[in-house]
Amino acid sequence: MSDTVDPTAIETKQPARFRWSVVGAVVLVVAVIAFLAFGMKSAATDRPDDVAPDFQMQFFNGYEWQDTSTAQLSDFKGQPVVLNFWASWCVECKIEADLLEETWQAYRDDGVVFLGVAYIDVEPKSLEYLEEYNITYPNAPDLRSTISSKYDITGVPETFFIDKEGKVVHVQLGPVNETMLTGLIDQMLAAEVQG
Amino acid sequence: MLADLGYAATAIAFLAAIYAAVAAYYGVRKKEGRWIASARNALLITFPLVALACILLVLSILRDDYSIEYVWRVSSREMPTYLKVTALWGGQAGSILFFNLLLTGFTAAAMAINWDNQRAIMPYAIVVASFTLIFFLGITILIENPFVRVGAATAEGVGLGLLLSWPTTYVKNLFFRPEMLPADGNGLNPLLRHPGMIIHPPMLYLGYTGFTIPFVFAMAALIAGKFDEGWIRTTRRWTLTAWLFLGLGLILGGRWAYDVLGWGGYWAWDAVENSSLLPWLTGTAFLHSVMIQEKRQMFKGWNVGLIIFTYILVILGTLNVRSGLVSSVHSFAQSNIGWFFLGFLGFMILFSLYWIVVRYDQLRSKNQIDSFLSREAAFMLNNVLFLLIAAVTLFFTYLPVMSELVTGQRMTVGASFFEKFNGPLFAALLVLMGIAPLTMWYRTSIRWLRRMTFGPLVAATLAVVILFILDVRNWLALLGFWIVTFSLILTIFEFIRPGYKRVRNKGESPFKAVSGFITQNRRRYGGYIIHLGVLVMAFGIISTELYQQETQIRLTRGNSVPLGEFSMVFNGVERYPGPDDLEITEASVDVFKDGEFVRTLNPRTELYTRTQQPMTIPGVRSTFTEDFYVIMINWEGTSADAATFRIYVNPLINWVWAGAFIFLAGTLVAAWPDPAEDKIVAAERSRRRIAISGATGD
Amino acid sequence: MIPSRIMYHALRFTTYVLFGIVFLFLFSPAAAQESGRAVTDDEVNAIAKELYCPICESTPLDVCPTQACKDWREVIRTKLAEGQTEAEIKAYFELQYGARALAEPPQSGFSLSAWIMPIVLVIAVLFGFIYYMRSIRTPQSPQASGVDESGTLVQDPQIQPEPDQDDYVARIERELRDI
Repeated sequence: MSDTVDPTAIETKQPARFRWSVVGAVVLVVAVIAFLAFGMKSAATDRPDDVAPDFQMQFFNGYEWQDTSTAQLSDFKGQPVVLNFWASWCVECKIEADLLEETWQAYRDDGVVFLGVAYIDVEPKSLEYLEEYNITYPNAPDLRSTISSKYDITGVPETFFIDKEGKVVHVQLGPVNETMLTGLIDQMLAAEVQG
Repeated sequence: MLADLGYAATAIAFLAAIYAAVAAYYGVRKKEGRWIASARNALLITFPLVALACILLVLSILRDDYSIEYVWRVSSREMPTYLKVTALWGGQAGSILFFNLLLTGFTAAAMAINWDNQRAIMPYAIVVASFTLIFFLGITILIENPFVRVGAATAEGVGLGLLLSWPTTYVKNLFFRPEMLPADGNGLNPLLRHPGMIIHPPMLYLGYTGFTIPFVFAMAALIAGKFDEGWIRTTRRWTLTAWLFLGLGLILGGRWAYDVLGWGGYWAWDAVENSSLLPWLTGTAFLHSVMIQEKRQMFKGWNVGLIIFTYILVILGTLNVRSGLVSSVHSFAQSNIGWFFLGFLGFMILFSLYWIVVRYDQLRSKNQIDSFLSREAAFMLNNVLFLLIAAVTLFFTYLPVMSELVTGQRMTVGASFFEKFNGPLFAALLVLMGIAPLTMWYRTSIRWLRRMTFGPLVAATLAVVILFILDVRNWLALLGFWIVTFSLILTIFEFIRPGYKRVRNKGESPFKAVSGFITQNRRRYGGYIIHLGVLVMAFGIISTELYQQETQIRLTRGNSVPLGEFSMVFNGVERYPGPDDLEITEASVDVFKDGEFVRTLNPRTELYTRTQQPMTIPGVRSTFTEDFYVIMINWEGTSADAATFRIYVNPLINWVWAGAFIFLAGTLVAAWPDPAEDKIVAAERSRRRIAISGATGD
Repeated sequence: MIPSRIMYHALRFTTYVLFGIVFLFLFSPAAAQESGRAVTDDEVNAIAKELYCPICESTPLDVCPTQACKDWREVIRTKLAEGQTEAEIKAYFELQYGARALAEPPQSGFSLSAWIMPIVLVIAVLFGFIYYMRSIRTPQSPQASGVDESGTLVQDPQIQPEPDQDDYVARIERELRDI
């Protein structure tokens, strides 16, 4: 029993309802594709390369910024910021720990801000790490991993250099070295603030 | 040299697929059969070409040719030969080439087998088959090329940029010769270095690629507007083949996880696992609803839609696995090919939707049922339940992405969550599985149903009461066992009733009687054997999920730990180098049951020295009643005086594997070609040919 | 065949047993909370089972082998020794690492839809199915009790179909019809 095609008989019954169903189906398909596209985009790494996303920090006890327990990144607008992601379980972070602290001491009077964010870490171990390396610049835990997801880091250590206008000028994957660190900070300090 | 030859072979296959699409389209428009025959030949040769490419790649791996990047990536000198062969599908580019091998294989088989009996729709089938081939072969040729040389600049960019940069990349690669060849390769991912690697991926890929053929025929029938009886039989057979392989792949994956991965389980509702489960669910639904079409010519559109949906789920699955869209332990390294898969998926969905709309009136069949208590209704309910499970699984698999869309944070949907919702749905299916064989087409008398279910109902209740007396108090377990016993008795009766009748009427021996009616109706009784297998599996799954005992403890040498009826003594740890770049740390433990010594087990940790990747291999003692399963998590001290162990007692877990075996046996019975049926089909075909030649006056 | 009185009692018995099972479910005691000073690995794993490793790819915290996961399990142990409850520990993990650390979506906000939507879907589909079935139901003559496998109308519900003969017969009949 074979049915052959009748090209004129495309819409015979209830054409309006049929047409609306087709439209609905196409809309659904487009929505599904858009949804999957979004999913793939967010799964891919998307490090900010222009404006540094704002975020809030709730500092560890003893590692506050000027005695305030919370701060936003936007509070530091007008100053160069070195944003460093680390973790107590991260072996490579220990390589740069001393260097970061020394550079902070050298540049703090010039208005450069060093911020440390503990990525998926455990508070007691974070505090141990900070004590071990005598860190004094402000540090905060990455609560709910919101900061690291905004910056889409792929691992630790990762350091973001944010200039006076709040723009990301460089991202360092892995430990920083002295030349790069001081060079970038000098560059950010020298830049004039626009407008 | 070999690499260039392999690439050329794949490229020719790619061009052949394009030619086939164009030639078939031209042939059907101009009504010239020779173009269609030529297109068919083009598709036929894609298979030997891609097979050649695969052989050349495997040869390069076996010869340790590290001038080829893929070989370096997945192989190393000390790997055993069987692993080097399986390394063909051990990485992204090679596995896509292997996927192409199976795709072209199935397509060529369809061209050969169905050329005669589907001649009317064959041109359209060739066009649609070419679409899939062009895409996947295109990915191999243009983007994920397994023959590229090590150190050759790989194409940068995403999407169109990637595509347009191909010519320059290819020419560069052709003449590129690395200054220094790597001395040794990276080696296959340790998780894959296991005999399970031999069959689990090939079975899964066979299942995946197999589902393209029913899709091809469904679309061809849709485009041609011809839906005859032969079409449904062809489509059903191809679906059964793909379904068989996919089921086998799923079962093997579970077994592999249990044996090797050391977390005491076999199914984690992981995103990639779910991606292969989804087409299996819709495929099972189709295999049931197609029977309504064969019997009463109803739900034609529904069946076509199911096949198309199954194929879409296959493409979605490949997208998910290869793009890392949803995080999974299975994910390949992320690359940019996800976007191409998304584009292909969108194209195929819209293409299918277009033809469904155009041929909508053809698909509409006058669906009517006489009673809710009919076989049609039972199969429809079966479809509803399977699709609900698929919908729930699909929803939860993509929920992390959805949550990120809405809240900015990815949530995790763990296995327990899937089980909460799918559990009751599967339970309903188990009940339906027992009752449905009793239903009749059109209408079943309630008296008949009541009479047939009365015995099993009471028996199941008695069984549960006995279990309760034997201290089984978990309400979920009791309910589950009730359902399984009920359906099991009903299904067994499906064999006893006709067997008994034959023994009584014909005086045959029971064995001859049973094998007699099974052979005469392979589809039905193969299906009932499958149901038996599923029920045995269900029995094992319920036991092991609800009554698993586990403990973790640190033991010093000579000390023991109790777990249920067992106890285990820690003897000591030994370290020694193993084959294939391994450093093995092996513990020795003695297992006692009810105070009596049973066996010594050796759970171990294998460390791949080059990549420093550890694998924990469990020590397992398997019996009919349970598995004693122990993993060594940690050991301390250079003299290894203490170690931490994780122990599981999995009751009735081997019933899961036994049930799976019965399931597979049933599938083989159901799929086995029936000589009687083939004779009738051949007779019908020749009658049709005579009628046609009579009409055209040849 | 079986006297309806016995059938009646048997069915009543079955109903009682099934109700008993439901009763057990509704009134089974909740798992007791235990927190002692010496916390066993099993207690740690019981909670770790309900958490996922925040940085691995979909791995539950109790089976994750990495050093970071071992540290997290130690955190659970410390908190248990301090007397914190399972809910408090899970809340801590969610605060520190986000919703992805939990094995099941939290029952608040958007995640609540993860619980509700599937239930709504299942109920909606089942109702839709019943509605569809009713709309296509066209009962035939009241005498007919159904068609068995060979295609013959079964008038008497006592007659049982013979499945082993039927498809063979059906095929032969089909062939005869075509001639």
